[in-house]
Amino acid sequence: MNGAHDMGGMHGMGPIDTDPNDPLFHAEWERRAFALTLAMGFHGRWNIDMSRHARENRHPLDYLGSSYFELWLKGLERLAVETGLVSAEELASGKPDGPAPAELLPPPDPPCVAALLRKGASARLADEVPPRFQARERVLALDITTPGHTRVPRYCRGRVGIIDRDHGVFIFPDTYAHGRGKKPQHCYSVRFAARDLWGDAASPRDAVYVDLWDDYLEAAP
Amino acid sequence: MKALEALLVEKKLVDPASLDALIDTYENKVGPHNGAKVVARAWTDPAYKERLLRDATAAIAEFGFTGRQGEDMIVVENTPQVHNLVVCTLCSCYPWPVLGLPPVWYKSAPYRSRAVLDPRGVLREFGTEVSDDVEVRVWDSTAELRYLVLPERPAGTEGMSEDELAALVTRDSMIGVTKVATPRVVGPERTLA
Repeated sequence: MNGAHDMGGMHGMGPIDTDPNDPLFHAEWERRAFALTLAMGFHGRWNIDMSRHARENRHPLDYLGSSYFELWLKGLERLAVETGLVSAEELASGKPDGPAPAELLPPPDPPCVAALLRKGASARLADEVPPRFQARERVLALDITTPGHTRVPRYCRGRVGIIDRDHGVFIFPDTYAHGRGKKPQHCYSVRFAARDLWGDAASPRDAVYVDLWDDYLEAAP
Repeated sequence: MKALEALLVEKKLVDPASLDALIDTYENKVGPHNGAKVVARAWTDPAYKERLLRDATAAIAEFGFTGRQGEDMIVVENTPQVHNLVVCTLCSCYPWPVLGLPPVWYKSAPYRSRAVLDPRGVLREFGTEVSDDVEVRVWDSTAELRYLVLPERPAGTEGMSEDELAALVTRDSMIGVTKVATPRVVGPERTLA
């Protein structure tokens, strides 16, 4: 979706707060929002692409007007309701109407959480899919406009770059975010010359590397 | 917020002890001190550096740094000719096992919007000057690869131990917004100009 989250190349966002001692959390509720989001994800009712889409798929004023962890909370509440872990009424009242779905496993305890974090969940797939492109090949990033989830930033759409390296086969977020399967395909690092993205104001030496999947690309004319 | 947490605990959807463990892990245990060890090893052990640049995930796992948001790692090396900078313009993708959680500025609109558009301006905002004849490479980590910058080893650190070197490496230098500074005072007996 062409949402407010896709902000690469925008002007007017103001200065960066570069203080190296700025704390990671600015309030206790931010710690709790962070932990609740991770903990609820352990039930496996949604994946990372669904999480991102739940945070991003909202009115630009809502997205830009919410702090980072506010967006996490809003995304968590939406997913928890959509997947039936809680009801909208329960969220509003704060009181349970009934038990959690019976088929759920108990939430992981701290040792189990530690093991889950150490293991992670790679999006890399063992599927043998032939790559459509080779290193040093010129590719065009397609001008994809979809109301659904996508990870091709607007600033590189319609621009030509060069395949820098093939990362291997990964889950395709555009389908996985909507429960339409992993659609295994290669993901590449694509090098775009800064001037091809931003014009002559950019340094002639500089480049932006974007990780793009096969379905986002075609051979450059 | 408290109401939501109470609701989810009461419905037995979350274990309260696990919430505390998650916060403790990422606020106190996992952080840039992990990445600093990787960088210091790469500075002192050429064979390790070669492994790190070839297969970062495996080389970083030699330290036991694995898992969530670091499942598939790439390390990019700063040299006298190339300066690397990492951003996620779409959200806040960041290599947790080696750097912990991202700083607020990394997740903020000012950084995400301008890192790709005007990296040299962003670097100046962090007090980092990169000369015109150096190539700036911005890595927009919008897929499931996570990037760590291997900063240049500063002059004046010859003879320092791996632990001493690790203490010099900052979080921001491994994101690429700063360089690792030459230490003014290396130890009580070694003072550099």
